[in-house]
Amino acid sequence: MSDKTLIDMEAEIAESQKRENICLEENLIYRKPEDTLIDTPMHYCPGCGHSTAHKIFMEVISEMGIQEETIGVAPVGCSVFAYHYMNVDMQEAAHGRACAVGTAIKRIMPEKYVFTYQGDGDLAAIGTAETVHAANRGENILVIFINNGIYGMTSGQMAPTSLPGMVTTTTPFGRDVSIQGYPLRISDMLASLPGVAYITRQSVHKPNNVKRTKKAMQKALEYQKKGLGFCLVEIVSNCPSNLKVTPLQANQFVEDKMIPFYPLGDIKTPEGK
Amino acid sequence: MGELKLMKGNEALAEAMIRAGCDAYFGYPITPQSEVLEYLAREAKARTGMVVFQAESEVASINMIYGAAGCGRRVMTSSSSPGMSLMQEGISYIAGAELPCLLANVVRGGPGLGTIQPSQADYFQAVKGGGHGDYKLIVLAPSTVQEMVDFVKLGFELAEKYRNPAMILTDGAVGQMMEPVELFDQMPRKTEFPEWATIGKKPGKDRNYITSLHIQPEKMEEINLRLQAKYKKMEEEEVRYVTMDTDDADYIFTGFGLGARICMKAMQIAREKGFKVGLIRPITLYPFPTKIYHEIAPKVKGILDVEMNAGQMVEDVRLSVNGKTPVEFYGRMGGVIPSPEEIFEHFIKTFIEGGK
Repeated sequence: MSDKTLIDMEAEIAESQKRENICLEENLIYRKPEDTLIDTPMHYCPGCGHSTAHKIFMEVISEMGIQEETIGVAPVGCSVFAYHYMNVDMQEAAHGRACAVGTAIKRIMPEKYVFTYQGDGDLAAIGTAETVHAANRGENILVIFINNGIYGMTSGQMAPTSLPGMVTTTTPFGRDVSIQGYPLRISDMLASLPGVAYITRQSVHKPNNVKRTKKAMQKALEYQKKGLGFCLVEIVSNCPSNLKVTPLQANQFVEDKMIPFYPLGDIKTPEGK
Repeated sequence: MGELKLMKGNEALAEAMIRAGCDAYFGYPITPQSEVLEYLAREAKARTGMVVFQAESEVASINMIYGAAGCGRRVMTSSSSPGMSLMQEGISYIAGAELPCLLANVVRGGPGLGTIQPSQADYFQAVKGGGHGDYKLIVLAPSTVQEMVDFVKLGFELAEKYRNPAMILTDGAVGQMMEPVELFDQMPRKTEFPEWATIGKKPGKDRNYITSLHIQPEKMEEINLRLQAKYKKMEEEEVRYVTMDTDDADYIFTGFGLGARICMKAMQIAREKGFKVGLIRPITLYPFPTKIYHEIAPKVKGILDVEMNAGQMVEDVRLSVNGKTPVEFYGRMGGVIPSPEEIFEHFIKTFIEGGK
């Protein structure tokens, strides 16, 4: 699969859809977790990585049987309505403050699983202080960090993680690092802190990556159960609407441009990487 | 009778917090209220197991309050003016999400970094909203160390009754002064939590979520109308104030917190010199005791409002009096505390010699 481009895959999918039996129950390869993912239309744009990330995270919560012991914190950004989809108790935090809110919830109820779900603007721009200090204190929470290199909700402005040269509505001539500074690899920065147990960078733009991301989420929650410290799963994602491309082209952008700058894999593990 | 102790205002506030069964305090050091966090750090954990947490900033601590209050816990933070300014966004979210919590602002002189000396210049911020949107805090103004203790208990009760943030608006002098206080007995921490608390989804029930976001304008208006109805109920049921010697008074001195306490002494001087002066001291700055001013105004020749600011509560006094009697103002700013003598002199100058 690795040598096929996403455009090839699109052609394959189109071909397979002609087969009449694709909708038969026994052939379904995509199911939603009925208990943890609320059955309602999502507001995300077609092809957006958020929906996949939501789904696999809720699968993990369902499979681990921890729905009633989990409290989540939603950010401000495209995933501001995460609590409309995730069927667990949740709080909607002010922009950037999810790690502070999560800290308090966990300190109050150390026996519960606590996660935040944040985008790049929320976590790595306005909320940098809260993120860094929660990590440095070794807060025993899981942060799911969606890095798509752009501000989606406000329609395409520069993010702290926008790539050099990247055209956004506030960098119409491309991000000039001599003016707007460099993209922030915040996961690598946080990995140097002793309070951090686990940091990994994954993606959801291909089926194999989706599987790996799901595994990373589960691992992080197991570390939380053991009380090992701060865990963060970064998901390098896309934004078809604001890149003004098709979903598949957006995923190709992730593959060709984002991942070379934000390489995938574990950055820090409790075992000592 | 409860235990009697000689205590500093800030420490009494912290002691009352422990005794009120508070579950968590999140704060950041700032003069003149750092003793609150220090006292709790020494005392609280061993006695009640409450969470005492030094945050990385006031921005973080108020959002921690949001998180812990959202879990249905009894929570409090304290700060002083610049720190309280940083918290305003978070307070607006707390009011919008209708979470109960108690805040204390031990006010110092401003604007900006200002001074660490006592002031009352944050009245507008506390009473008129402070952050964005149409919301109100329940605001209590203590004038003694005893009231610092009593208003912690009262503040928690009112906050929980109305699912609304409450604030103790005090100043650096009350925070730092030592007085004898009677302490109430230790109350147990809560073991049961409200239905709306986010403490884990209950089987067979819908999840809970805490939010202040309602993207549909009709829904957002509905929330606003509910908030306004709640504030109206507070205005009807929770007004608190103290009056002194108003029955035979020709003039009224008024002020809140420390300002009112100094007015009491100025009133005594006036009475000794043969001027019939009474006093109105609002305890709840919101809801404001409009009615008592309105009732007394036609019976007196004038009201002198004294504050440690440029004249903030005086606007509410004038609205309440509604032109029925002259309202004059005397204030000192930037951390200067007015003396009873200068208040009396100002009274003579404006009302007696000025012929008003």
